[in-house]
Amino acid sequence: MKLRPPTGRRLTNGAVSGLAAVSALLGLLGLAWILSGVLFRGLGALNWSFFTQLPAPPGMPGGGLANALAGTVLITLLATFLGVPVGLLAGVFLGEFGRQSRLADTVRFAGNVLMGVPSIIIGVFVYTIVVIPTGSFSGYAGALALALIMLPIVARTTEDMLSLIPDPLREAGLALGAPRWRVTLTVIFRAAKSGLITGVCLAVARVSGETAPLLFTALNSPYWPDSLGEPTPNLTVTIFNYAMSPYPDWQQTAWGASLIITLGVLALTLLARLSLRERQK
Amino acid sequence: MMNIRAASPTPGYPAPQGGEKLRAGVKTRMVSPARADLGFKWLTILLAGLIPLLMGAILVELVRHSYPALQRFGWGFLVSQSWNPVTQEFGAASSIYGTLVSTCIAMLLAVPLSLAIALFLVELSPPGTSRVVGGLIELLAAIPSIIYGMWGLFVFAPFMAEYVQPALGRTLGFLPLFQGPPMGIGMLTAGVILALMILPYMSAITRDVFRLVPPVMKESAYGLGATTWEVAYKVTIPYGIVGIMGAVFLGLARALGETMAVTFVIGNDHRIAASLFAPGNSIASTLANEFTEASDPLYLSALVALALVLFVITVVVQIFSQIMLRRLYRARGGGA
Repeated sequence: MKLRPPTGRRLTNGAVSGLAAVSALLGLLGLAWILSGVLFRGLGALNWSFFTQLPAPPGMPGGGLANALAGTVLITLLATFLGVPVGLLAGVFLGEFGRQSRLADTVRFAGNVLMGVPSIIIGVFVYTIVVIPTGSFSGYAGALALALIMLPIVARTTEDMLSLIPDPLREAGLALGAPRWRVTLTVIFRAAKSGLITGVCLAVARVSGETAPLLFTALNSPYWPDSLGEPTPNLTVTIFNYAMSPYPDWQQTAWGASLIITLGVLALTLLARLSLRERQK
Repeated sequence: MMNIRAASPTPGYPAPQGGEKLRAGVKTRMVSPARADLGFKWLTILLAGLIPLLMGAILVELVRHSYPALQRFGWGFLVSQSWNPVTQEFGAASSIYGTLVSTCIAMLLAVPLSLAIALFLVELSPPGTSRVVGGLIELLAAIPSIIYGMWGLFVFAPFMAEYVQPALGRTLGFLPLFQGPPMGIGMLTAGVILALMILPYMSAITRDVFRLVPPVMKESAYGLGATTWEVAYKVTIPYGIVGIMGAVFLGLARALGETMAVTFVIGNDHRIAASLFAPGNSIASTLANEFTEASDPLYLSALVALALVLFVITVVVQIFSQIMLRRLYRARGGGA
């Protein structure tokens, strides 16, 4: 084997190392640029009426997005109540009963693929199964779309967290005469608690910033959400509509909403990570 | 405990009133754990089964609702460029083209960048720095798509129009790709933002793949006098190539289906232009923009057909990605 002279090799090495460091720097720069942009432009839009009032027509002073805030919270909560229990139990099958079985393998594969299906497709799907038959856009449809997105995420993280629990703990529980379901729900779940919370937080964080699946399920509305059976106001679709409008004050409001969404999602994500770190100690 | 004692009748005495009931209670208590366990197990099986069922249901629904459009336009739907709700002419070519081109730009930028970042995190930086930098880059994945859209439209597109596109026009303007007025929004800007969005996914998986390489192999190469780059190029990358392919396909699927960020900056024009500066559209952006406006059944059906095309493409790419990653982890003896 013929080697190039060492100086050339060392130079290549130095260049590649430099490029690698620059790449990492570029990634960080992108993050800083986005976050600072949202922070500076968003802060200017936030005031008391933003959190307490209904949207104002363009050009009118005042007005806020209180209805959209409430709607986003409602839809996300309902999605969590729908998606998390199902996801947890599906994860129990993968981690406790299924393990190496063929069905578990299929579920795992489908779950991974489903996680990569664009969220707008989930929106179209829910449109066809809920909005067309019921004849109206609704907060329920929006919550269902978000729940479907959460389902595979919660299932897979639950499985991962359950697989960290050593088998002797299960055997100890069963040896005391407790039935399997009880061992799972009271012993294993308790042992995996912080991990499960992490998974749920990440799933909630992921869907609370989603826009595409809400565009044609929950739609949007400038009024208070009286019930989830009608088009329901929400922050993300409002950002989309306002940003695309030609009115500077609406665009300003969209920045305020962006800041709220970003802070909420980042807080949930960091909470999830801290919870996991606590566990690893 | 109480029940059992009360239910066992004292010898010589007739069973107390209600003894039957109590005994029945004991009986179900003794049988129920097994039955409850079976029920619990089946419940979890049923709920887990929802996941593959959901995949199937999405496919069925999309096919069912896109049928009128597909029947009317046939395979021509995929190659026709016209998109006119008034004359009821629908073709997916411009949307498919936009999806592929913006994704191509994103991959060209993000693949080398994510490899370089993974290399930096695993081989070059000290563990503390690696953890912090890696964590921050992963944070890019947590930022919602719509925030990328806002930033892209109001901050990044003007930057592109002001600095990047004029510079590209001056240096590479002889290529048709970089001609035309620098408007900021358009295919190129969409591609760059997509690259930033898929970067964290790809660099995180590539980093994990690099970490799977047994230290002995790297140390042997270092022992032969190889430099860090040579170890990465000749040992680490060949060893983890399957995993890197998996990461690339995963990023590809994300980029193909990314909706909001692209919708904000791509310009939403149903024409195919040679220049990357020109506005265009993608499947996802067309859906986001037009779905709620589609009052006509054929229009709606054409949009669902677009969704079907996107679904099939991303699922195929995802399956590739999963097969690659699976092969890697199986070979290394880890879990799925």
